[in-house]
Amino acid sequence: MPVTVSMTVNGKEVSGEVEPRTLLVQFIRENLRLTGTHVGCDTSQCGACVVHINGTSVKSCTQLAVQCEGADVSTIESLATDGELHPMQEAFRQNHGLQCGFCTPGMVMSAVDLVKENPNPTEQEIREWLEGNICRCTGYHNIVKSIKAGAETMRG
Amino acid sequence: MTSEGIGASVRRKEDYRFLTGNGNYLDDISRSGQAYASFVRSPHAHAKIGGIDTSSAESAPGVIAVFTGQDLADDGIGPLICGWLIKSKDGEDHKAPAHPALAVDTVRYVGDAVAIVIADSLEQAKDGAEQVNVDYQELPAVALAGDAMQDGAPQVHDDAPGNVCYDWEIGEKDDTDAAFAAAAHVTTMEIVNNRLIPNAVEPRAAIGEYDPGSEGFTLYTTSQNPHVARLVLSAFNQVAPEHKLRVVAPDVGGGFGSKIFIYAEETVCLWASRKVNRPVKWTAARSESFQSDAHGRDHVTKAELALDADGKFTGLRVNTIANMGAYLSTFATCVPSYLYATLLAGQYTTPAIYCDVQAVFTHTTPVDAYRGAGRPEATFVIERLVEQAAKELGTDPAELRRKNMIAADAFPYQTPVIQQYDCGDYPRALDEALSRADYAGFAQRKADSESRGKKRGIGFSSYIEACGIAPSAAVGALGGGVGLWESGHLRFNPTGSVTIFTGSHAHGQGHETTFAQIVASRLGVPVDNVEVVHGDTDKVLFGMGTYGSRSAAVGGSALCKAADKIIDKGRKIAAHILEASEDDIEFADGNFTVAGTDKTMSIGEVAFAAYVPHNYPEDLEPGLNESAFYDPLNFSFPAGTHICEVEVDPDTGTVEIMNYTAIDDFGTVINPMIVEGQVHGGVAQGVGQALLEGCVYDGSGQLVTGSFMDYTMPRADSVPSIDVGMTEVPSPLNPLGVKGCGEAGAIAAPAATINAVVDALWDMGVRDVPMPATASNVWQTIKSAAQAAE
Ligand code: FES
Ligand code: FES
Repeated sequence: MPVTVSMTVNGKEVSGEVEPRTLLVQFIRENLRLTGTHVGCDTSQCGACVVHINGTSVKSCTQLAVQCEGADVSTIESLATDGELHPMQEAFRQNHGLQCGFCTPGMVMSAVDLVKENPNPTEQEIREWLEGNICRCTGYHNIVKSIKAGAETMRG
Repeated sequence: MTSEGIGASVRRKEDYRFLTGNGNYLDDISRSGQAYASFVRSPHAHAKIGGIDTSSAESAPGVIAVFTGQDLADDGIGPLICGWLIKSKDGEDHKAPAHPALAVDTVRYVGDAVAIVIADSLEQAKDGAEQVNVDYQELPAVALAGDAMQDGAPQVHDDAPGNVCYDWEIGEKDDTDAAFAAAAHVTTMEIVNNRLIPNAVEPRAAIGEYDPGSEGFTLYTTSQNPHVARLVLSAFNQVAPEHKLRVVAPDVGGGFGSKIFIYAEETVCLWASRKVNRPVKWTAARSESFQSDAHGRDHVTKAELALDADGKFTGLRVNTIANMGAYLSTFATCVPSYLYATLLAGQYTTPAIYCDVQAVFTHTTPVDAYRGAGRPEATFVIERLVEQAAKELGTDPAELRRKNMIAADAFPYQTPVIQQYDCGDYPRALDEALSRADYAGFAQRKADSESRGKKRGIGFSSYIEACGIAPSAAVGALGGGVGLWESGHLRFNPTGSVTIFTGSHAHGQGHETTFAQIVASRLGVPVDNVEVVHGDTDKVLFGMGTYGSRSAAVGGSALCKAADKIIDKGRKIAAHILEASEDDIEFADGNFTVAGTDKTMSIGEVAFAAYVPHNYPEDLEPGLNESAFYDPLNFSFPAGTHICEVEVDPDTGTVEIMNYTAIDDFGTVINPMIVEGQVHGGVAQGVGQALLEGCVYDGSGQLVTGSFMDYTMPRADSVPSIDVGMTEVPSPLNPLGVKGCGEAGAIAAPAATINAVVDALWDMGVRDVPMPATASNVWQTIKSAAQAAE
């Protein structure tokens, strides 16, 4: 039986018909056609699907869409403003923190949340924070470097 | 070097779209009216199919159609092919049992697809797939290659007796045996190269689409080589004629080899799209990727190194058993043969080498090329042996390597196993690595670790690889069914911008930037005015795709050739307009100038004149648009030395990498930032193989490591920071001087890492550590060594 779900996504009120078993990530990708949030696994291990729910990073494959009724969700598409990259995005670009780009939206969304919690993270803290995000391309070296640089710009 | 020419770390053109969520990966594509596919896969490693009852699935809500292998066979589709012929010692062709896209009467591995269910929604397709009733009659299975060779082992295919696919050899056996008979010292090892699962973070996916109007098919697919996919799907799998088939590989989220191959799913979705007259979309769930993406490695080897009294290598004798899985994947046969044993000379002057390889079928997922493909296995064999020999002889492993390295002035160097190395300076890379890793200070660091109760070890890996594959004639002579050239096409637009069409395919490598750098620097235009188009057989001339670190060396060289044609034509146009003789026109920095004068015009102006040919040479065609095919003269041979330093906790077996140094010679470097990134990623995969990753099947052929919860992927806190340096010895064999950088890390790192772990534990009696060197494996090894000493 389809049910209706409503929430705010990237500042816009949205609603849609979903099955009770529909995951938040499916709702975002299929119903809203916001395809920047990716799916890399079926066991909530890879982190390609990380979005912010009410300001906190969450793997959007671990939530049912109906659980997010009324929530404030933001996805990778919301980070850049007027074509200007968010400092964390810019840091990834400057430091070659991405190769194929598939893990990247999740990495950036996780990183932004890390810096909110810990504005000046050490290399070790960054590496530990990323335990839920898999990247097969970069070996993490430049992701760590990017997040350090992004944190610095975000601190201002 | 300019700020964006060859050698500049230009920031990547592709990053903006990836960083803002605007990438266009396969699963992001939605075709109007598309239906969704779910595959029914075998839960058994080996079973007869007594029957398939599709009736309840067919009447399930939303289900449009259910097809089985019989339906494919009735339409003459398939079977899937392997494109490299290997001749056994006795001159026989390798055994190539039929590989139907959907199994018809027997399933041969867990995950073998038996049916496709197509429905209006993905959920309905999955629900429908649950309703397909397959009558499996289970049979005994075998998962390990060594077991498959035993008498009485379960047979995978009737037409491959003893499960042997081929029994192949290379090198001079008699000379090698003689070297061993005369040796002062022989080092012998049993070496297992663990089986890996590639796990690009983007799962494989495909959309097949049929247009009844044009009678044309389009396949959107996660491919590293869309033109090759088109060729195989039309010529062999018989899905659609080549000129009626368009293959699009858009942004692809990593490949590492696993997306080279022409798989069952894309074949079936394409064919089914016509049957149901709707686009058919399939995206692998990760658990399907684990079962159905071609796996990598899986060798069991006995290797011996003969040395004379001076410590010079005199002979190398290797026997390898390679697991092929249940069927031959697209290039499976060449990986443990020509991509492996032809590299067994390594960086050394070993005069006599003999290797034989038994490739064996088992009831497991097919095994094919995975980052490095054969070369990591070769490097692991050589570099473990050399390190072990040094330890047995009590010599410094770096010095033993140096003593045996091919000298910098000995090139071109012919090895005993086919390859002729173009150029290099191996001792220089070794020296640089030793100094960057502070080898001199190691004893002190070891003492410090000791004082904290830790065991410290250092390990080397002086690797070589054959990249830039490959000269077509050589490929043909060795049994390959393809030519391995590349095409490049440059189109100047009338306003002076340039569009590049390349047959190479980027899935993380950053070609949109490096190829733009190559062309921009050759033609003297800004990088921003150069756009790279790839991954669409309707747009790009032709292509062999990206694997074997070939894109810059072969694809980049094709672009250089095309650029030179552009300059030649531009010179004619400029000569006409500037009223000078063609011989007097010089081209530099994007300008055609009459020598010795200030009469000049930019290449942009020339392009405009070519499209608005009012004042134009009579005998010249309009337009500035050139293409070229480039067939390489030889492989290229990137090489270098990696040094890994570890600390092992002897109480828990935990290994921590303290330093990792990579000194590589990739020839000319186009974009150092991107090249270093390739090394980082490769090393992480190599360290992953050494310390974390291992595909496990149980005795009944069940895949035990079937998800990210069971298969340990390298994560940010399990791999080290990496110190990367380069010794650039340009290749004389291609116009750019490049050698290829994509695989080096994965090739070098396993041996460096395991050598370091063994070094750390050597004085505890440990002589070898299996991959992956997990805490539990290391702890077990320490315990066994202690017991053996008692
Ligand atoms: S898709 Fe959500 S963690 Fe992998
Ligand atoms: S950039 Fe490819 S998975 Fe991270």
